[in-house]
Amino acid sequence: MMEIGIEHYLTLAAMLFTLGVFGIFLNKKNVIVILLSVELILLSVEFNLVAFSSFMGDLVGQVFTMLILTVAAAEGSIGLAILVVYFRNRGSIAVEDIHLMKG
Amino acid sequence: MYQTIVFLPLLASIIAGLFGNRIGVRGAQGVTCGALIVSAVLSWVAFFQVAMAPGDHATHVQVLSWIVSGDFNVNWAFQIDTLTAVMLVVVNTVSCLVHIYSVGYMSHDPHIQRFMSYLSLFTFAMLMLITSDNFVQMFFGWEGVGLASYLLIGFWYKKPSACAAAIKAFVVNRVGDFGFALGIFAIFMTFGSVDFAVVFASVSDHVDKTIHFLGMELDLLTTICLLLFIGAMGKSAQLGLHTWLPDAMEGPTPVSALIHAATMVTAGVFMVARCSPLFEYSPDALAVVAVIGASTAFFAATVGMSQFDIKRVIAYSTCSQLGYMFFALGVSAYGAAVFHLFTHAFFKALLFLGSGSVIHASSDEQDMRNMGGLRKQIPVTFWMMTIGTLALTGFPFLAGYYSKDMIIESAFAAHSGVGTYAFGLGVAAALMTSFYSWRLVFMTFFGESRASKEVQDHVHESPQVMLIPLYVLALGALLSGFVYKEYFVGHNYEEFWAGALFLIGDNVMEAAHHVPTWVIASPFIAMVVGFATAWYFYVKEPSMPGKFTSTFRFAHALSFNKWYFDELYDIIFVKPAMKLGMIFWKRGDENIIDRYGPDGVSAAVVRVAQKFKQFQTGYLYHYAFVMLIGLSALVTFFVMGGL
Repeated sequence: MMEIGIEHYLTLAAMLFTLGVFGIFLNKKNVIVILLSVELILLSVEFNLVAFSSFMGDLVGQVFTMLILTVAAAEGSIGLAILVVYFRNRGSIAVEDIHLMKG
Repeated sequence: MYQTIVFLPLLASIIAGLFGNRIGVRGAQGVTCGALIVSAVLSWVAFFQVAMAPGDHATHVQVLSWIVSGDFNVNWAFQIDTLTAVMLVVVNTVSCLVHIYSVGYMSHDPHIQRFMSYLSLFTFAMLMLITSDNFVQMFFGWEGVGLASYLLIGFWYKKPSACAAAIKAFVVNRVGDFGFALGIFAIFMTFGSVDFAVVFASVSDHVDKTIHFLGMELDLLTTICLLLFIGAMGKSAQLGLHTWLPDAMEGPTPVSALIHAATMVTAGVFMVARCSPLFEYSPDALAVVAVIGASTAFFAATVGMSQFDIKRVIAYSTCSQLGYMFFALGVSAYGAAVFHLFTHAFFKALLFLGSGSVIHASSDEQDMRNMGGLRKQIPVTFWMMTIGTLALTGFPFLAGYYSKDMIIESAFAAHSGVGTYAFGLGVAAALMTSFYSWRLVFMTFFGESRASKEVQDHVHESPQVMLIPLYVLALGALLSGFVYKEYFVGHNYEEFWAGALFLIGDNVMEAAHHVPTWVIASPFIAMVVGFATAWYFYVKEPSMPGKFTSTFRFAHALSFNKWYFDELYDIIFVKPAMKLGMIFWKRGDENIIDRYGPDGVSAAVVRVAQKFKQFQTGYLYHYAFVMLIGLSALVTFFVMGGL
């Protein structure tokens, strides 16, 4: 039976992070996916924090994770709210259609 | 009192100019005319207090300190001596009458308030000039009258010819002003002050000193005097810088009467008379003044004989009479020069206002070829013009008789080369003066009318408001010579001037009383001959002028084309200046400065911005990607670099 060490956690977190990053800019469909990807990146970081906290016997990392979760929830809700308003105004949240800032 | 005289016109000008719409046409006319009447009356009071009362009553009124910079001290101050008092009377009387006259003459103009405001502004600047006690304040007035002259010549700014004339007057005057300014610099450099009193007191210390300039050794006082005289030449339209004066007739006629006949153009004469302590110590400069003056008197008279524009004839006449004043100054007959200035102001303003009345009567026609026979239709104007003409030509016991003959006799009595030259040209000019003046009268008032039917039906005598100033001026033209001759040039000379005019050596005007009889008679004979010729040419035998011009074609062409001065200046100065301007504009400015300067930079900015704007795709995920890359780069930098 393989011992699950810190390196496994870190690998998982790194995979989640990479997934999140690629989710942001390979995605051409809609903005919600981008939001989810951002959440994913945050979660991967939290994973690291919890893993380190557990292995080093320091609770601060886990406390900090709770804080980030709260902030992430708030951030996600604001992002969704913006999207709802945006959809109301423009009738689409497809990533391709959102290029008002084009120079 | 003196503050009131000087600043009332300024106040009136400001009120009429800035609040013209609020106080209305009548209000503006009332304010300016009222102010000028008060000023004129006070000027006469000042004249009697300062000049006519026995003893020296010259006063000095400090208004305020203007420039204090190191050794350089300039005050606003009035120096009221006889010379200033005479000028005050001339300026304010004529200006006041012209203001009143303008009420009638400009009655159909839509911009009366502006006109009245400019007239008052001019008067203020002129008063500043004549009352100043230093060169800088004089220069201020000098430029002020130049500005007012520019504004008034170009008063009808919708006429391109008026704008061109205004610019020409301004630019030609700049040439003279440049000389004047250099003269003031030289005076400050030499005397360390610009106050008349300080400068004139120490002139004798600088006789025979020289200055070095561009390797030349120049006599100091002569240089200063000649520089000042260049300024006087510009303002007083002397030969070489005279071209602006005839063109200035584009302005309304009251302006011509006030500025270009009676007051502003005499500023040069006044300035030289004021600087008599300087000029007296420089015989060379005086000789130049005399030669230029005599030449101008002769030249302008020849041109005046062949012009057809009624105002241009009088303009050349003015130019010619100014020439008389200058050669009188040149032979040290300052009193005679100022006397002629004084009388000339009356009869020349009378002639101008009279011609304005003629123009008014014949529906703005100025060409004498389209007039004629007006004697019956506008008798009052006719008689006023006749009085003016008699006074100008020197008919016995009228104003011009005393002043002009005095000048001619003084020139003879000077017994110098230039004096004789001036005497000869002066008598010749007197003959021509008589000829062109009577030619004007005969062409305008005698013979058959050559005007169109429409114009003839409209001919009418001017209203009283225009005629009353004519009466007053006619009175001046009749009496000013007779009444004041003893004061200006005669027995009461010393007492009257009380040191306002400076002389070294004998009083040439004293000698002028004892010249041979033929000298005294010559101007009179010249006048009679001129009158007879004019009468023969334009009344008796109207075909003569045509025959004459076809016989002496060259002489007529020379005179008719004003000796080709304008054409000459066009070739020498105007065309090259235009060409040079073209080169600087097209090649220098557009091709070099603009191309590599503002235009080049802005084009480069646009090009770079075009490249950079492609960076902004507008897609959310691009921005997010860039942010992440940037963040990673930063973190890497801090982590790795921090190690």
